Amino acid sequence: MLKRLIALLVFCCTPALAEDEQVVLGLSQDRVAITATFDGSEILIFGAVKRESPIPPGPPLEVIVTVAGPSSPVMVRRKERKLGIWVNTDSVLVDLAPSFYAVATSGPLDSILLDTEDLRYRVSIERAIRSVGAAMHIRGAQDFANAVVRIREDEGLYSIRENTVAVDEQTLFRTSIEMPADLTEGDYAARIFLTRGKEIISEFETTIDVRKVGLERFLYNMSRQQPVWYGLMSLVIAIAAGWGASTAFRLLREN
Amino acid sequence: MQIYLPIAEVSVNAFLLLGLGGMVGILSGMFGVGGGFLMTPLLFFIGIPPAVAVATEANQIVASSFSGVLAHFRRKTVDLKMGTVLLVGGLMGAALGVVVFNYLKSLGQVDLLVTLCYVVFLGVVGGLMFIESLRALRKAKKGGGAPAKRRQRGWIHALPFKMRFRTSGLYISVIPPVLVGLCVGVLAAIMGVGGGFIMVPAMIYLLGMPTKVVVGTSLFQIIFVTGFTTMLHATTNYTVDVVLAVLLLVGGVVGAQIGTVIGAKMPAEQLRVLLAALVLVVCGKLALDLLIEPSELYSLGSEGGH
Repeated sequence: MLKRLIALLVFCCTPALAEDEQVVLGLSQDRVAITATFDGSEILIFGAVKRESPIPPGPPLEVIVTVAGPSSPVMVRRKERKLGIWVNTDSVLVDLAPSFYAVATSGPLDSILLDTEDLRYRVSIERAIRSVGAAMHIRGAQDFANAVVRIREDEGLYSIRENTVAVDEQTLFRTSIEMPADLTEGDYAARIFLTRGKEIISEFETTIDVRKVGLERFLYNMSRQQPVWYGLMSLVIAIAAGWGASTAFRLLREN
Repeated sequence: MQIYLPIAEVSVNAFLLLGLGGMVGILSGMFGVGGGFLMTPLLFFIGIPPAVAVATEANQIVASSFSGVLAHFRRKTVDLKMGTVLLVGGLMGAALGVVVFNYLKSLGQVDLLVTLCYVVFLGVVGGLMFIESLRALRKAKKGGGAPAKRRQRGWIHALPFKMRFRTSGLYISVIPPVLVGLCVGVLAAIMGVGGGFIMVPAMIYLLGMPTKVVVGTSLFQIIFVTGFTTMLHATTNYTVDVVLAVLLLVGGVVGAQIGTVIGAKMPAEQLRVLLAALVLVVCGKLALDLLIEPSELYSLGSEGGH
């Protein structure tokens, strides 16, 4: 039912694309459970291209897969030397930046995708971040947006991996997206673009549900919904542990 | 073994946390300090968000102080009355500290404030302690008598609201202890420390309390102030990570007991020199971070105060 609804939505929302070729998608998992021992996850994204007519001649089919975590505003601060020490001075609010963003492509991005298409569909990392509201009075506002990309790339949260989507016979494709251990929860949007001659000919979108489960879920909810009880519980645990250790060692020493 | 911390939202090695807790615990047991001033910077270093590190460390100090104060209660070296007066100041200070902390967080200057606090206080306390203990060492070598007791008889005794503290054998105004408690409370909330390293010298030199009741009394006060701080952070910032706290305190309380045994076997003067050196090293490291150009000039934070 839901699948049909999504299919219908995709069908309704993309009438602009003359979709002779459409994506049929599979995911190794459509939910990621963050448990206490969560150590990152790898999601296999695979699919096929459905078409009514034979493979069109001309440039070959290329595939781009993006996975984006939930977006939120990010305050970027820059340090400057003041009175001999380094302190935060200028700051720019980047309107929206995904907490996680991975791009996998079947070829070098600039040779399989037009810049205008990138601009329209926000495919590359730089385009996925929106900073229209960046204050113009600050020198080099673009540097701040670049800093978001650089810092998150270093943390393994943003990545672009070209040539990691395998395409067989212009029909079957597969790739794997690695998700690091430091994930924030939310709905992760997975998008698949088919391009031909650097133009997008089909788009498909689905969500991957990333959720804390079990103890993680319980503690997180409790800390948000019953902060007083959560705080008291933390204190009781602390006092019990302190008392326990002190008693245990006293008994050990007396024996 | 990696473990995902539900509030900090990072994944860290559980044994690393146990080890850190144990190491800092040994030091705190040896020197009779809470160890928060070492643990909080170490947590920053392994990638725990500063706000979570400060709040969680307050919770961990509750555990180690409680473990310590029980031993002092058995030896009857806790001045409950003095502790309560200090506590009144401490609770006010903690509330004030959390307000300041949240305000500076909204300005993006909280890291600077925390680091500056560390540099200033560790530098002053470490330096004083180093000079003092070197002097004591030299005296001990010469074979001189016990170090002269310093009791200030000046302005502190001229203040009103006098109170008798029987366990400490003091009859002084309540204003200085309340102020000492207040300062320590502010520091506890901002720096994520118990503040023992400030309070112990203040109690000896400023209030003139006998050394044997100082540690127990400061631990008694620290339990409540850090407990209160934990509650404030838990309810206003949601930054107490109980999983992180448990891992740290399991290592910490075990380490503290081992440290106490080691500490009892070492001469007091040498211990003090070592502690002073340790404090100065941490201070120097933090000061360098402020003075040397960082490799990454930009930092990311969330919007507004939260």
